Amino acid sequence: MPANRFNGYTDYGIGIGLRVPHYQHILTRRPVVDWFEIISENFMIDGGRPLRILDEILKQYKVVQHGVSMYFGSAQRADREHLRRLKTLVQRTKTPWLSDHLCWGSVDGRYTHDLLPMPYTFEAARITAQKIREVRDFLEVPIAVENVSSYAEFHVSEMTEWEFLNEVVERADCGILLDVNNIYVSSKNHNFDPFTYLNSVPAERVAQIHIAGHSKYQKYILDTHDHPVIDPVWKLYARAIERTGHTATLLEWDDRIPTFGEVHDEALKANRFLASASLAKAV
Amino acid sequence: MNLLSIQRHIARAVMTPLTPSERMRHVAPNGRSQRAVANEIIKPNDRLTSFERLEIYNRQYWFRILSGFSEDFPGLRVVLGDRLFDKIAQAYLKDCPSRSFSMRNIGAKFGSWLRNPPHFAGSRQQLALDIARLEWAEINAFDGKRYDALRPEDFTNASPAKLRLKLQPHLSLLDLKYPVDDLVLRVRKDSTELSIASNTLSERHKGKRSVSVAPLLKPTPIFLAVHRMDEDVYFLRLEQKEFAILSRLRNGKSLGAAIEGVLRKNAMPDEECLLLIQKWFQNWSALGWFYRGTTDSTNS
Repeated sequence: MPANRFNGYTDYGIGIGLRVPHYQHILTRRPVVDWFEIISENFMIDGGRPLRILDEILKQYKVVQHGVSMYFGSAQRADREHLRRLKTLVQRTKTPWLSDHLCWGSVDGRYTHDLLPMPYTFEAARITAQKIREVRDFLEVPIAVENVSSYAEFHVSEMTEWEFLNEVVERADCGILLDVNNIYVSSKNHNFDPFTYLNSVPAERVAQIHIAGHSKYQKYILDTHDHPVIDPVWKLYARAIERTGHTATLLEWDDRIPTFGEVHDEALKANRFLASASLAKAV
Repeated sequence: MNLLSIQRHIARAVMTPLTPSERMRHVAPNGRSQRAVANEIIKPNDRLTSFERLEIYNRQYWFRILSGFSEDFPGLRVVLGDRLFDKIAQAYLKDCPSRSFSMRNIGAKFGSWLRNPPHFAGSRQQLALDIARLEWAEINAFDGKRYDALRPEDFTNASPAKLRLKLQPHLSLLDLKYPVDDLVLRVRKDSTELSIASNTLSERHKGKRSVSVAPLLKPTPIFLAVHRMDEDVYFLRLEQKEFAILSRLRNGKSLGAAIEGVLRKNAMPDEECLLLIQKWFQNWSALGWFYRGTTDSTNS
């Protein structure tokens, strides 16, 4: 199960996000890390230090690209310049798969730079799937779409979020980047059972899993990626691994970033669940 | 309501500036009721109204975009102070919302926007404009394109009348009314490289920092090159004539025409001036500022 056509038949372990405060540590200490996830947009530039550092990282580590602004769910067509630059980067990193979010964020050429929630309609599923196909065909790399955290629901929705996810990935025939923290956050914000969501995900399409921390406010939870992973999210992760098997897992920590060692240690906690999955497979 | 229509309504609401207390406006500047938009499109839940749910996105948009903008123009924030900086930033971002997939380009039009009235910065308008131009040039130098540089021997035998040299895209030439380079360098010493993260949100408006009051600068025109070498960004002050030659080259003049224009206005003996220009060219080419143009660049 872990190596599938949606992650380029790779069998990656536990990775962490490549973040600026850790550059120095990584380049000088060369810590053992299974793989790094990069935010594509940080490297879709013409030159300079970010690309030099990326090239250094690529010499030593496996890198997977994760995007934040493809906006598969935006009603209008993908930006050609964006695609061109993304393809250049894909050729540079040789990422075995590429992920971005199941959301929208731009309209009429104006960008919000946010991951806005989709109305769960059949029209939206059709448009989104079409765009995923176009992007995959252009980039020539497997695509995995990530479920986002959300804070709003739409009157026009015709299905649940997990039904929408299934509808999109089936139509697009693409993979899933399953973010179990986002499932948890949305389940609290929208009053649903996160395990119902998790159990509905087509396990054979899961290319990668995200884990992260979040922040709790009085009336809602925000996906802030600035805390350790909480136990309820680890439980969701355990269930996800039970369903998918040993799957490439990535800890996101993007704000109030602690030392490299702390982030890596937090990520490696996933090992206890991955080990049980491997054991179950062996038995 | 179809997908495009929903997205247009939501985007308009999300991009509407917040109130001074950083909440969503009940009425948008065009008179549209934000509550009506929210109620029509977004479901309430047991804790939040439709308006409150939409407000989360409205606030996140402005927190994110203002933080990104602030990180790009830290020197300007120091000079103007948080309050005026935020006012100008919000006005700019309202007039010029991002049209790029990358937050990196958010300040691309700021310099030209700032030239136009109303002059928010009052008596510090020119100072603000100079800093904004320099800080944008710094961003461009940091990750702009660099082509393989010409070596001095690549053009020593070329005909000046025909030789057209191209200046590296990462190089900006600035004529500034204030010596803002030292100020920006001092501010930059405290900052770190920044990159966007994944889908994180914040409950606070980041980017504000406590800063010492900027010294009052007196107008003193300077000519500045902002460029990258060995992946570091540098500011290099230029002589006025240096600036003139480089600007002419950037505007497509041949080498001969670029030099001739400066020689014509020169009080110094031509021979002395040519020696000086030759020294400048050695320096510029050592810095890798030239790359091969497409026209007649190899004629000897």
